[in-house]
Amino acid sequence: MAFAVVKERYSSKVNEVVLGATSEKGGTRSHVLKVGGQTTLPYLHFEGEVPNKPIIAMEVTDVEPNWPAPLKEMFKDVYNEPVDWAKKCVAEYNADVIYVVLNGADPDGANKSPEECTETVKAILKAVDVPIIVKGCGDEEKDNEVLTKIAEECAGENLMIANAEQENYKSLAAACMVHKHTLIALSPLDINICKQLNILVNEMGLPLDRIVIDPMIGGLGYGIEYAYSIMERVRMGALQGDKMLSMPMVCTVGYEAWRAKEAYADGEEFQSWGEQSFRGPLWEAMTATTLIQAGADILLMRHPHAVKLVQKNIAELMESNKY
Amino acid sequence: MALTGLEIYKLLPKKNCGECGPPTCLAFAMSLAAGKASLDTCPYVTDDAKEALGSASAPPIKLVKIGAGEKVIELGDETVIFRHDKTFFHPTGIAFEVEDSLNEVELTQKLSEINTLEFNRVGLQYEVDMVAVKQTGDAAQFKQTVEKVAAGTKLALVLITEDPVAAGQALEVCKGRNPLLYAATESNYNEMTELAKKHNVPLGIKAEDIFKLSDLAEKIIALGHKDLVLDSGARGTAQVLADLTQMRRATIKKKYRPFGYPTVAFTTAEDPMEEMLQAQVYISKYASMVVLKNSAKHFVLPLLSWRQNLYTDPQKPIQVESKIYEVGNVTADSPVYLTTNFSLTYYSVEGEVEGSKIPAYIIPVGTDGTSVLTAWAAGKFSAEKIAEVINEIGIADKVNHREIILPGYVAVLSGKLEEKSGWKVIVGPREAAGISAFAKSRYGK
Repeated sequence: MAFAVVKERYSSKVNEVVLGATSEKGGTRSHVLKVGGQTTLPYLHFEGEVPNKPIIAMEVTDVEPNWPAPLKEMFKDVYNEPVDWAKKCVAEYNADVIYVVLNGADPDGANKSPEECTETVKAILKAVDVPIIVKGCGDEEKDNEVLTKIAEECAGENLMIANAEQENYKSLAAACMVHKHTLIALSPLDINICKQLNILVNEMGLPLDRIVIDPMIGGLGYGIEYAYSIMERVRMGALQGDKMLSMPMVCTVGYEAWRAKEAYADGEEFQSWGEQSFRGPLWEAMTATTLIQAGADILLMRHPHAVKLVQKNIAELMESNKY
Repeated sequence: MALTGLEIYKLLPKKNCGECGPPTCLAFAMSLAAGKASLDTCPYVTDDAKEALGSASAPPIKLVKIGAGEKVIELGDETVIFRHDKTFFHPTGIAFEVEDSLNEVELTQKLSEINTLEFNRVGLQYEVDMVAVKQTGDAAQFKQTVEKVAAGTKLALVLITEDPVAAGQALEVCKGRNPLLYAATESNYNEMTELAKKHNVPLGIKAEDIFKLSDLAEKIIALGHKDLVLDSGARGTAQVLADLTQMRRATIKKKYRPFGYPTVAFTTAEDPMEEMLQAQVYISKYASMVVLKNSAKHFVLPLLSWRQNLYTDPQKPIQVESKIYEVGNVTADSPVYLTTNFSLTYYSVEGEVEGSKIPAYIIPVGTDGTSVLTAWAAGKFSAEKIAEVINEIGIADKVNHREIILPGYVAVLSGKLEEKSGWKVIVGPREAAGISAFAKSRYGK
């Protein structure tokens, strides 16, 4: 008998979400980017549509980053100047998006005011023409203050704003709705909380195609398989018609990968793992490409070499494999 | 479609002799239906019944072994498409290609690089599996190189040649090693299958595409060889992903026999880092083995880490031993952290303690591999349990203070724990990520 290709037919698809806005829609971006829209599992072009490739957002912090030395070294000429840093990521490394992390807002750190943080975001918006993702410092109260201010001041830009969480989503969801931004909903490696949070945010009035799931990940070697399986289940849910799991997924790749000793540790005692200069970026790139296989749509990354490798991997996966 | 136990039972001799293992034919039928027994163990089954039951009773993907002695690699015998449906069983075999054109020095160097690919991380040992010798010149050169490689490594062998003469000579010089012979193709499959049968070794099959692979596999199966490894011939990342997905689906969902064998994928990227990412795609999506070119440690470690992660049983968390761990140059004044024995929890804490640069002891309490909050909720991380561990593990002999750091998430336990253990309880940060700041502000100078 001749082999017959086994194709799955899914009843639904992943929501298509837009990042950024051009002047026609009230923003200042030169172009917008789309993610999601898949009608099949990752890169099975032979049975469905994969209309948008995953996008890479490179991380820029508003204050000197608390990163391991070999990673920080990559940006030694710019890491105190977020605007130059952002420009470099776009011009030299072809970052699709800039991911601005406002660590400077931390009340236990630089404790920058909402106005100062807004200025930083606005300056970056002015310096680059790609869409922007903005994340707070992690302090709930301060983030609500800072991020709602930014949402208001940058109304119409369709920023992607992080993070809404189960216990703290109302201010951000409302701000995104009123000022036309997209929201990242973070759930702690738990598909039920993920779904519940999407329902809550949607009930506030934010449309489903303005929500993105951050499933929370572990880095390579540190629990990535938990994220991998949860993401596979979320994606399957989307294809089988669960509207509250149908959002594209964003992964904090750089943050998790560079927490691993295997990525940053250098020196004699780690020689049995080989050279850090290869191992480090590969650790981040491996984390990213692995999650792409589970359905990741937006990768938040750090190391230029890792970014380059992942761009190549994505290009290969986007080639047709139709029978 | 798979047969039920009762349907199988109808075809069995019903002697209830017990010679197959299970006491009755019905019990044997149930084992067959569950894929836990093989029909071969029944001495009285008729040929007709064999024919009828053969496809129904065999596991969807045959287990194929490569290598002999201390290094036997088991490939295939997977039962699910998604690891969350059960688990993946047989980790993708990692082979490194060595061309027979290498001179003596190069070959020795390459083999030594491959032979030393062993890693220890987070309490686990990672190893690689195979050396694949590739023919690039005449049969004599291939034979010579295979002989040297066989003598120079304990890893399992793969013989990459499509020339039956070269294959025959090479098989003679690695007798007893049970190498994978790769590959039988449309033009040589009769001779190659003969060789594989004669030497009783597994045989790789390579075709021009997945459809031709199916035809070729059927022909080789008809010749009576059953230890096969499949290669659709595709080399582009996306096409290999599609083909491997098809083969897995066809066997698991349709029990499509020609594809009921392990699969092999080959990387093509020149850049070693790109190569590892390409291999990652194949490991993630169903390759039973991959053949790589680059073998430097820093490239291979990330890939092996992913293989280990992917093949972890989702239902059996990895645990660390409950004992006193010392991080850095500890003294009798060093702080003592408590955590649970879930491997990820422990290593997150260990990494952060190390990062704090303040030497410390860590005691993971045995919680059956659950995280702090889960263990607490299940009563496995209670004040009584922790107190018992503190008092029995011997930490009192190692430090001259009596302070213990409790994970912040279970701060609620501190009063009772002080009472039960007699130690002063310091409530630490909730997440491991907070340890560095905590340690520096409390113990740093």
